[in-house]
Amino acid sequence: MVQFTLPKNSKITTGKTWPKPDGATNIRKFQIYRWNPDDGANPRVDTYFIDMDTCGPMVLDALIKIKNEIDPTLTFRRSCREGICGSCAMNIDGINTLACIYGMDEIKGDVKIYPLPHMPVVKDLIPDLTHFYAQHESIMPWLETRTNTPQKEWRQSIEDREKLDGLYECVMCACCSTSCPSYWWNGDRYLGPAALLHAYRWIVDSRDEATGERLDDLEDPFKLYRCHTIMNCTKTCPKGLNPAKSIAEIKKMMVERTV
Amino acid sequence: MADVNRGNRPLSPHLQVYRPQLNMITSILTRITGISLLVGAFLIVWWFIAAASGPEYYAYANAIITSWFGDLVMLGSLWALWYHALAGVRHLVWDTGRGFDLDTVAKMSWGVIVGSFALTVFTIIVI
Repeated sequence: MVQFTLPKNSKITTGKTWPKPDGATNIRKFQIYRWNPDDGANPRVDTYFIDMDTCGPMVLDALIKIKNEIDPTLTFRRSCREGICGSCAMNIDGINTLACIYGMDEIKGDVKIYPLPHMPVVKDLIPDLTHFYAQHESIMPWLETRTNTPQKEWRQSIEDREKLDGLYECVMCACCSTSCPSYWWNGDRYLGPAALLHAYRWIVDSRDEATGERLDDLEDPFKLYRCHTIMNCTKTCPKGLNPAKSIAEIKKMMVERTV
Repeated sequence: MADVNRGNRPLSPHLQVYRPQLNMITSILTRITGISLLVGAFLIVWWFIAAASGPEYYAYANAIITSWFGDLVMLGSLWALWYHALAGVRHLVWDTGRGFDLDTVAKMSWGVIVGSFALTVFTIIVI
């Protein structure tokens, strides 16, 4: 259901302002969402100051610097630092993106960092992605075949392989799904752009033999049709993919198979 | 995420922190104009019913609908009608699988906004 305001235990309070670094001339202000499951308090926004002369260019560089030099309790996910693992997805400067490939020169004014929107928070910038992953699993993200397994690999023409371009690159960072107002209000039953992009990736795969079942499964008022082409998903995708187009293609296939 | 059991975990902020995007504003306006057009539609139906029920009641209804406030509601409905129609055309284009690159989306968004105002002015001039 649509609820525009935050629940009582989620309202954000003003947090601690950490001291400015000594002798720094090029200082930038960071406002970061904090929530600690152990202290029983509401989430708060802490303020940090960073000497940009001794900091790398990406938002993740600043987060690591804060954790190393100012506040070791700041908690966030990160791994590859080059936009391929999708771990450091968060809401930066009002949009969802990967902290490791988002340059701080792209941000005007203070740097505001929140966890991915409308998700349960595990701690600080870490959202609980359990349900998101379960939705991905529900679309059967694997090759389903009925015919006998060939002696060698399942073969595919170059043209059929090209249909998977722009789909297989998805790293499941959840930026798109958590940018979608429809997913905010109906995420329990609407699969969201990420899972649907993956659903389409297997639907168009020429080697997959469960296309009918896959479409049957999505023929549902919520799973697929809560997409209202708001386009936030495509706008925010840090990998430059187009989940909205994938969803439109699925909707088209739904119509084409009945007329 | 709605209606998922979060235990005692807080819900991360959404509308409170997400920077408004042109595409999301034009999208929600489609729904808002669609729903508020009902008001204009009811008023016009009421106007017709009043006309059918006799000169006295019609004079009463007509006075309300042609008052400054009635004009304002009708003007708003006129714009809402054009906006909703243009946004509907945009959805028809999308339903064919076209117009999904971000450039086209931005152009169509501005097209719907500018077009709705232009057509409203045009309609006022014509009528």
